[in-house]
Amino acid sequence: MGAAIEARNLTKQYNGVMAVNQVSFEVREGEIFGFLGPNGAGKTTTIRMITGLVKPDEGTAYVAGYDILKEPVKARQHLGVVPEVSNAYIDLTAWENLVLIGKLYGLLRSVLQENAVRLLRVFGLYHVKDRAVRSFSKGMKQRLLLCMALVSEPEILILDEPTSGLDVESARFLREKIVQFNREGGTVFLSTHNMEEANTLCHRVAIINRGRIVTVDTPENLRARITELQRVEVVFDKHVELRELLKIRAVRRALLAGCRVRIYTPNPPEVIESIVDFARERSLRILSLNTAAPSLEDVFLELVKGGSVR
Amino acid sequence: MNQVVEQLKRSIVIAVKDIRIYYLKGPVIIFGLVFPLFLALAYTVGRNMPLKEILPGLTGMTTFFAATAVGPSIIPWETRSKTLERLLSCPVALWTVILGDVLSSFFFGLIISVVPLTLALVIAVQPTGIALLVPGVVIACLCFSALSVLLSAYPPTDVPATTMMLSSLVKFPLVFISGIFIPIDQLPLWGRILASISPLTYFTDMARQLMLGKGYYPLTVDLAAMFVYTAVFLLASFKLHERTIARRLS
Repeated sequence: MGAAIEARNLTKQYNGVMAVNQVSFEVREGEIFGFLGPNGAGKTTTIRMITGLVKPDEGTAYVAGYDILKEPVKARQHLGVVPEVSNAYIDLTAWENLVLIGKLYGLLRSVLQENAVRLLRVFGLYHVKDRAVRSFSKGMKQRLLLCMALVSEPEILILDEPTSGLDVESARFLREKIVQFNREGGTVFLSTHNMEEANTLCHRVAIINRGRIVTVDTPENLRARITELQRVEVVFDKHVELRELLKIRAVRRALLAGCRVRIYTPNPPEVIESIVDFARERSLRILSLNTAAPSLEDVFLELVKGGSVR
Repeated sequence: MNQVVEQLKRSIVIAVKDIRIYYLKGPVIIFGLVFPLFLALAYTVGRNMPLKEILPGLTGMTTFFAATAVGPSIIPWETRSKTLERLLSCPVALWTVILGDVLSSFFFGLIISVVPLTLALVIAVQPTGIALLVPGVVIACLCFSALSVLLSAYPPTDVPATTMMLSSLVKFPLVFISGIFIPIDQLPLWGRILASISPLTYFTDMARQLMLGKGYYPLTVDLAAMFVYTAVFLLASFKLHERTIARRLS
């Protein structure tokens, strides 16, 4: 499988502040690649360099095999983009917005018409196609932006926080469409800080922090890598002092989450046995007991806090 | 070559989009229609001169204000409404977008210029003179439009009023030094030197020559100067916008 996008040592400074520092990664054809990072980590700057909107101080990116610095127009011809800070033209109708983008991609009139009608129907906007976008809700505008990114039938879709600020239903709808695009053979580069979104959609994720790539791996491998974040959650019938629990071997950390005691350990089976003994010795009843693998959010926080683990 | 032609086509697509969106915006109407109208009235009413004498200056002023009305505000507007990044994410070069904006400003200038040209024809300026003036109007509109888009490059603001105001600071002095109110040959030496740096001077001079038969420069100089200014403004506009685009998007 070849690389749909390849970033090589992308570096960008703004007024002496390093926004992106030697960022390299590869997005394989046909995968959904997540790009995770806290606010200000360098996600949007990286995307702008990949799409050729901002020139890197160092490094380059290849999109569909084209060097974005040397052939930006040819590279963008293969891309559909939903930028983070972006909007459709609110003075134009949904139809006019799609036609505008289609013409800027050089689509034939017949292909453009067919694609625009199909997308507007699929995204539930056909009945409002002649209404000015000014009257659209945020969810409708975001759906239209995705239509605009797809109207040219791109091979690669770059999405910068596409579901940010959307209601649950609209966000789920967009996620379904992203997955559908991928199932039909498209490559997706998805920047998000929604861990659940990255976890459920992405085949691989890159985590960026303070302008540097911290790690690139599958969500499963990332979770497995951080064994210290495995945990046992237990509910006792009475209050328990956390410092007592910390005396149990293999317990690294314990904290209260409501009535639940969350115990972090690299060895959950051993801790479960110890907790049962602990409860018996103190005549405590265990109301519930379960183990939990670290979430991607746990891993993300650990990696971002810990710096480079690559 | 094919790619350049394709980009030129996309510039026209952008120009059509600009025409639909920006021609009816308040500042465009004010700076492109109302303003030149009132300036023309102030210039003509109460002057003890035949209209024919006033017409070259009137044509120059109207064309200049109309062709520079749309250009300064498009990029700041697009920055503010967050459509610029969407546009630049398409397979278009930055120069394609800039040229599209110049073209929309150019067409606005051309449309409004029909009024003084018709007036000139009505008050019996030689039709041959008008016919010769048409290519002059075309190149002048292109020249002034390129200047107007150049004026929107710096500072890279997202407030259209800021660029409108700053462009007015350039436009008004140009009107006063370009031989509109006082013919160039009646200016002192320093005035003539100053006038020679304004692109508007050459268009007004051309109009005076073709309407009244009294020009200061040869027609070829007028046309050549406008061509050179157009090229310089276009290139400077491409370069300056390229420099400021990252700041505009951030």
